[in-house]
Amino acid sequence: MSTVKVYVPRDSAALAVGADEVADSILAQCTACGLDVQVIRNSSRGLFWLEPMVEVETAQGRIGYGPVSVEDVPKLIEAGFTTGGAHALCLGPVEELAYLKKQQRLTFARAGITDPLSLPDYEVHGGWAGLRAALAMQPDEIWQAILDSGLRGRGGAAFPAGIKWRTVAQAQAKQKYVVCNADEGDSGTFADRMVIEGDPYMLIEGMTIAAIASGATKGFVYIRSEYPLAVQVLKEAIVHARVAGFLGQNVLGSGRAFELEARMAAGSYVCGEETAMLESLEGKRGVVRAKPPVPALVGLFGQPTVINNVLTYAAAPTILAKGAAFYKNYGVGRSTGTLPFQLAGNIKNGGLVELAFGVTLRELVFEYGGGTATGRAVKAVQVGGPLGTYLPESQWDIPLDYEAYAKVGAVVGHGGLVVHDETADLAGLARYAMEFCAFESCGKCTPCRIGSTRGVEVIDKIIANHQRAQQVILLRDLCDTMMGGSLCAMGGMTPYPVLSALNHFPQDFGISSDDRAAA
Amino acid sequence: MSSTTASLIKAPAEIAATVARVLDERAQLDGALLPILHGVQDELGYIPASSVGTIAQALNLSRAEVHGVITYYHHFRGEPAGKCVVQVCRAESCRAMGGEELLAHARQKLGCHGEHGMSDDGAFSVEPVYCLGLCASSPALMVGEKLHARMSPAKLDKVLEAQA
Repeated sequence: MSTVKVYVPRDSAALAVGADEVADSILAQCTACGLDVQVIRNSSRGLFWLEPMVEVETAQGRIGYGPVSVEDVPKLIEAGFTTGGAHALCLGPVEELAYLKKQQRLTFARAGITDPLSLPDYEVHGGWAGLRAALAMQPDEIWQAILDSGLRGRGGAAFPAGIKWRTVAQAQAKQKYVVCNADEGDSGTFADRMVIEGDPYMLIEGMTIAAIASGATKGFVYIRSEYPLAVQVLKEAIVHARVAGFLGQNVLGSGRAFELEARMAAGSYVCGEETAMLESLEGKRGVVRAKPPVPALVGLFGQPTVINNVLTYAAAPTILAKGAAFYKNYGVGRSTGTLPFQLAGNIKNGGLVELAFGVTLRELVFEYGGGTATGRAVKAVQVGGPLGTYLPESQWDIPLDYEAYAKVGAVVGHGGLVVHDETADLAGLARYAMEFCAFESCGKCTPCRIGSTRGVEVIDKIIANHQRAQQVILLRDLCDTMMGGSLCAMGGMTPYPVLSALNHFPQDFGISSDDRAAA
Repeated sequence: MSSTTASLIKAPAEIAATVARVLDERAQLDGALLPILHGVQDELGYIPASSVGTIAQALNLSRAEVHGVITYYHHFRGEPAGKCVVQVCRAESCRAMGGEELLAHARQKLGCHGEHGMSDDGAFSVEPVYCLGLCASSPALMVGEKLHARMSPAKLDKVLEAQA
């Protein structure tokens, strides 16, 4: 009998629910039963309510079981799971799961399928095709392809990536840099983490393409300290890629040099802002810089620097391998391509759903997410991280694209959705938004540094009904100052969750509809 | 300070040797300060005040600049933490799933109060953390270096019992 391949994910979210213990137990118990198995630690498919999700390779394709606990292992063996045997936890062929099948996975095409650090796995599943295509092109053809694809920054600001790449390419300097912002601090997001832990060569490939297009020879990936496994995996991947000639002084024999280094952040949310991140990489306090000059001209160590989010770089290999038109075919209007949406918070089937722009919140939360984990009604969904708007039911049918969301004062951001059920207290969440801003503000500009603390106080007074009507006016005025007068999105967007909570859920602040009519 | 918490403080010779070794490895990096501070904290558990001058001198910075960086970043600590650090997520996704109750439970159970509270015997510190990236499996926390998701106060008690 040949060796059976059993897959147990090594993604942090799988480890956090016992994947290591399950993997060890499967290997030990199968061996004890005389079953010849090879346990492969793959990445996660992103169906997190099913983790740890064990997959077995059979003649019928990969059969899934989940969520598997150590206690389930003996029964699974009894049920013959190594040949796809029936069991209450059996999910059938994984590729046929509706949650996966309906998705449009371009960036996450390899998620859950490959061993993250296996170079042969990466290559067999389409890896390096984008880099090879780029090496056969002129630098201006590369950034033109990115520009033509319509790819916009996936970190949240949605700035056209091709314009950044072109600006750096056309800047004159001895040293240019490519920096990846992997300071994924938004609650409700984990797509960057999944890419780095699960498909690190894709990020390396995307950054190398950006380096060749822009003329940069050195790159940094700035990863949050809350993601220690991601840092470790990327460091290993960089070593492997370098040995295999995908990085280094002579990338794939092209004569072009690109060296890459993973750097660990240190727990500052504002360092996800690009200029604060540069300061941090330079070894300083993560204090925001005033713009202009833009980092594309005066960036890391004062040199022209391409800065993009993990998902932006991760999209580049597909665009180069399959063409700008292929990528642009996905999406709506000026929001082209796909976005890996992240379903989080109080949700039954939380996970990663990569789809073209244009899907609605209602489809994501109910068709994919299955409603709340608690079984109660959904009250609000915060989209785009802690600086994103709380959307009430009346806004759940708006297509998720940058422009449609901007029209209602909301943001798509990094694609994170945090679902709250009917027990949520939106006044408390608004207060938390201000509290978080006070905690994380870099302190450089007054509206953010002081406004956030005053914001907490004002919301406390509103909740305590201390001159409520006047305090509401004051809060709106304060939010206006923060939005108009802050240097970066930290202070500038903290009012988004605050005002959306106040506008859509006034009853949570003790404001009756009569008060609103009077105001 | 009890004898246990005092024992978390490293001896001057160990501090000096560690800092020298980390500087030797990392001082030549571009933007070396954060990698150096990580190196020192990873080995010693905190960044002792007595190391600030040495680090500053090696990088041609002022002590104030190094001190400013250490105190700016939430990850870096100037004092030792408890032997086992429990970090409970306070961000929105975990809040939607009872994260605040979990934090309160951890603090109460382990006798750790305040923002970076350590228990009196120095065995535990309970700290808030702002997102571990496990938001589809909230609430989440980290005990030492081990992540735990889909937590509840009862599950946390089990994890802590295994820890003891």
